[in-house]
Amino acid sequence: MKAVRALVLTGFGINCQDELAAAYRLAGAEADVVHFNEWLAGTVALRGYDVLNFPGGFSFGDDLGAGKALANKMRFCRLAGGRTLLDEIADHLAGGGFVLGICNGFQILVKTGLLPNVGGNFAQEVSLIVNDSGQFEDRWCHCRAERPARSPFLKDVDVLALPVRHKEGKLVVRDAAIRAAIRERGLCALRYCDAAGAIATDYPALPNGAEMSCAALTDPTGRVLGLMPHPEAFLSIYNHPDWARRREAAGGNEEGEGLRLFRNVVDHIRRNRP
Amino acid sequence: MIALHHIACTWNPELPDARCASLRRRAERHLGLRLGGLKHVSVYAVRAALDAAQLERLAREGLSDVVAQRVGIDRLPDGCAGFASFVLVGKLPGTTDDEGLSAQRTLHDLLGVPFAPAPQEVFTSDLWLFADALDAATLRRLAEEELGNPLVNQFAFGPFADFAWPVPEAEPTAAPTVETVSLEIADDALDALSKQRLLSLDRAEMKAVQAHFRDSQIQARRRAAGLPAEPTDAELEIVAQTWSEHCKHKEFNALIHFVDRETGREETIDSLFKTYIRASTEEIGRRLEAAGNNWLVKVFSDNAGVVRVDRDRLFVFKVETHNSPSALDPFGGAITGILGNNRDPLGTGRGGATLLFNTDVLCFGPPDSAVPLLPGQLHPRRVFAGVRQGIEEGGNKSGVPTINGAIAFDPRYAGKPLVYCGTGGILPDNYGGRPAWEKEIAPGDLVVLAGGRTGKDGIHGATFSSLGLDKHSPRSAVQIGSPITQKMLSDFLEVACRRGWVKCATDDGAGGLSSSIGELAPLAGGSEIWLEKVPLKYPGLQPWEIFLSESQERMTLVVTAEAAPALAELAQLYEVEATVIGKFTATGLLEVSHAGRPVAQLDLGFLHDGVPRKHLEAEWTRPVAPESAIPENLDHGDVLKRLLASDNVCSREAVIRQYDHEVKGRTVIKPLMGPAGIAPQDAGVIRLSFDDWRGIAVACGLAPRIGDLDAYASSACAFDEAVRQIVSVGGQLPEPGKLGESTFWCANDNFCVPDSVYDAATNPDGKYKLAQLVRMCRALADLARAYHVPMTSGKDSMKNDFRAAGQKISVPPTVLYSVAAAIPDVRKTVTSEIKEAGDAVYLLGRTYDEPGASEFQRLFGAPGGRAPTVRPEEALPLYYRTMAAHRAGLIRSSHDVSDGGLAVALAEMAFGTGLGLDVDLAPVAESVAGGGIPDAPRRRLAALYSESPSRFIVAVKPENRARFEELLGGGATRIGATTAKPRLRVADAGRRLVDVPVAELERAWRKELLA
Repeated sequence: MKAVRALVLTGFGINCQDELAAAYRLAGAEADVVHFNEWLAGTVALRGYDVLNFPGGFSFGDDLGAGKALANKMRFCRLAGGRTLLDEIADHLAGGGFVLGICNGFQILVKTGLLPNVGGNFAQEVSLIVNDSGQFEDRWCHCRAERPARSPFLKDVDVLALPVRHKEGKLVVRDAAIRAAIRERGLCALRYCDAAGAIATDYPALPNGAEMSCAALTDPTGRVLGLMPHPEAFLSIYNHPDWARRREAAGGNEEGEGLRLFRNVVDHIRRNRP
Repeated sequence: MIALHHIACTWNPELPDARCASLRRRAERHLGLRLGGLKHVSVYAVRAALDAAQLERLAREGLSDVVAQRVGIDRLPDGCAGFASFVLVGKLPGTTDDEGLSAQRTLHDLLGVPFAPAPQEVFTSDLWLFADALDAATLRRLAEEELGNPLVNQFAFGPFADFAWPVPEAEPTAAPTVETVSLEIADDALDALSKQRLLSLDRAEMKAVQAHFRDSQIQARRRAAGLPAEPTDAELEIVAQTWSEHCKHKEFNALIHFVDRETGREETIDSLFKTYIRASTEEIGRRLEAAGNNWLVKVFSDNAGVVRVDRDRLFVFKVETHNSPSALDPFGGAITGILGNNRDPLGTGRGGATLLFNTDVLCFGPPDSAVPLLPGQLHPRRVFAGVRQGIEEGGNKSGVPTINGAIAFDPRYAGKPLVYCGTGGILPDNYGGRPAWEKEIAPGDLVVLAGGRTGKDGIHGATFSSLGLDKHSPRSAVQIGSPITQKMLSDFLEVACRRGWVKCATDDGAGGLSSSIGELAPLAGGSEIWLEKVPLKYPGLQPWEIFLSESQERMTLVVTAEAAPALAELAQLYEVEATVIGKFTATGLLEVSHAGRPVAQLDLGFLHDGVPRKHLEAEWTRPVAPESAIPENLDHGDVLKRLLASDNVCSREAVIRQYDHEVKGRTVIKPLMGPAGIAPQDAGVIRLSFDDWRGIAVACGLAPRIGDLDAYASSACAFDEAVRQIVSVGGQLPEPGKLGESTFWCANDNFCVPDSVYDAATNPDGKYKLAQLVRMCRALADLARAYHVPMTSGKDSMKNDFRAAGQKISVPPTVLYSVAAAIPDVRKTVTSEIKEAGDAVYLLGRTYDEPGASEFQRLFGAPGGRAPTVRPEEALPLYYRTMAAHRAGLIRSSHDVSDGGLAVALAEMAFGTGLGLDVDLAPVAESVAGGGIPDAPRRRLAALYSESPSRFIVAVKPENRARFEELLGGGATRIGATTAKPRLRVADAGRRLVDVPVAELERAWRKELLA
């Protein structure tokens, strides 16, 4: 059977490409780490890849707002045929492909209009702005998945422990209509919660002050997923700050909860191969 | 003339603006100023030929956030009316403006043209609007103290009606000239010349330069090359840079006449470096070799030390300091410190190491200091805040996790802070069969300058850091780092090196090209540099400035002519500038020209070996410092809370959270762990790859205040601290007889001392200070030999004094040991926090009555008395037994005992666990030793608060007690157990000393260190 293939972008300050590629490999897929300019120059094409990935990092140092400068490239730069990278992604999605953005990747997807894309025209409908704390923070939090999951990444996921590591993760929504669409269509894929799964409304369980306590968005097709927490940073139990006790409780299972998302999407793609 | 437009963006009024909230907080706390209405506007000044549609698109789509912001083009956005005053903060011409460059990228992407960083077309500034009519003095304080720094920023402020758009200054242009500087002058004029040109050369050194240029052979060769008989400005600068203390370590290599008043002995020490640091490491190297062990690969001779992980991987590790720049501009100093230190592993051997982790150890004045500031001195709070932010941006934006560090406070760091930045990386064993750790250059190879462009920034950094600071310190030495430029450079370098195109890489740091080319040229036998090829940020640099510039984010690469085209193509893909600027030769000369005109021609032998040897005086007398009087009937619960809330013990969480300690997804022991993620840990542990479980533990040891009693003890305690923290997490020291099986250990020593050169007028206690340094080096050698831990790299910083208004603030002599060790299986490491009720709790190691310099003594005034002593003959056997217990998996939690002593360590192990501890210290108190037989109350205080080194507290599952006790022998003293009840109870023979809820202790400990 044909392998599931993930394209993982890097360059320009992206810095979580290795752990993201490792996530796909551990989940049984193939992953290629590709410099953004190789994609832009057309030396690497999206065709043939099942999932396009925007990893975490600080593309262009968060200048102009996190993810903005790279999002500008995707809107403004033209490939040899005059198309933009956004056009390429539209084709990839139309052809059944998936797109994942984590942290800075999520910020890029929001600023290119790929998420939530309620209007279907890639206009920016929400933003991710500076946390209420005003600070970059690295802390572990809990997230609860929307059920049923619109994104195959989150199939059967309930409550997850994951680290957040960002300064600009506060989701704000353009207007009431978009807000209503996000709620009604279940696009808020993950919400910050406490350890028991109750939705978090206060810092630090809600680490950034996001509207709807939203930690992740999907588009209406469920093919695009963006999230602030880092599932690729919880591939092994040894990532968790309390790994010593968790390992005992898990009876020696050393897998991290974040790996589940990647196993899910790889299984989904395999099962749905024509 | 190209039109200038201004695009202004501000957050929608209904959204919170965190920057405004922060300014409001700081203005109230620091200036006692309650601000009314406040608004922040980002201003982009764009000097480019744009039509109206392009300008509109740049503003709305490119620079502003359409959902969250309002934008104005050549006007302020809506909602900016009704303000009374303003402050506009821009960058001084030539200062790094990363955001401007990113905006320029967006502009070029929009226009569909390839990105060009120069000339600068977009300039950013921050506009702050205040509803209150603030007077000019208040606005100036806000501008200069809270919103910017006059060394890097320019300001405009006043009534809002006077606001005008910023107009970027055109860079001055100047025709390149090469000046001749006459050295045929009187001796005191030579001194004046050295001072005036910031050469930092003393008279003997100036005379040596003078003599060299008088040599008839040199003169003949210079005539032939078209150079004047006397040195050019560039030549003098090159010699000064190469001979600077920063680059040549003249004091560590000096002949020292050492008088020990305690023993009456006198001796001559022929170089501290050779006698103590190199000799001990070489001896350890011989022991390892004799045991058939080959992990010590490269020491002292490259940008970072190299040890072997396994057949395919090498570990490179370097720690540097960036003290002087951090004193002037804390943010810029720290960010360039961390980025500069990152370039050392990147520039080791052939280059291209993958960075693995950072460590940061910071020493500041007290953040709440009320001591009036001297002219040019920044408040310790500002230094702390700026340095913290610099490390955050430098580390986080480079994608390198900060996994270990420390912060120490002492009023003597209020003049010059110490900013230690460490970086570990992994280098492949070889590139296409060629050893990756070796630098290889042949005549004919090309010199490639890669990365950022060259400007006037940082000129004289190397010579300036070799001086004390005063209010005339050069502002050109201050610069702001660009993490994105460096990240793009390191991404490119990694690929280029793995493809085998790079023969050698090195950092352009202090001294710039002069230093990097100067160090590489001898490997080939000479070098020729064509300065007109160097890409500049702006025109107008003189040739000597181009050669000496310390512009950041640049590296010098050596490539063959055959590989150069492929390298250039890769650089273009990665959008990194990589320019051929010269070649290597076999002439024995460093030859520099600008557009065909000779600029410098220096004999490499003279340049590297011509510096006269220094002769220094050291004299040791043991200081007398009495102990504090300790009140009777102390409430130990209260004392413990005060200890936990002291600056040197309290939680570092607020700082740690703002550093990414887990990017790369492989950090196993982070600075804070446990169920609540707040329990402080000993060593950091990181896994090397996702394919196996090998890892590295890293820890830092620092004990400057013990040095007030005995510099030897200070250095020994610091060394022991770093080693025991790694033993605490499960690290395995090399054992005699088992050396062949052992895995690597390596240390970096970083000495930061005050001016230790005796001068009757300006430095009357210089001999004592130098004696302290001698004793610190002796401890290094003794402990390294005892523990079999070699130094693989290090650095010294010798002039950590701040002088102003006739006063001097000198740092206490401080040595940091940063130690890294291989961990064969990270899954077997142990964290500090307790895990479950019912575990047996033990103290490992012996407690002594040696209260000197302890945090406990400090609560009661002068922290004198006997200094804590490392006793390797006791410590090492204990470490070996502890290591065996770790190997057997018997230790469930382990925390080393350090600042604050046992009571503090017990409390820290409970934080965030929901559990408690119940211990009785009687068996510890009974066995307290040292200085005669202390009485019972003294023994109790020692048990609770002594900072005797080489001790751990461990928790052991009940079923493992027997095996554990058998392995530890007499080294373990059982003191109690963990409890389900979250209280800390400490008794002495049944008498309750402490009985406090852990939550209460935690509250005291988690105080806000930095407002």
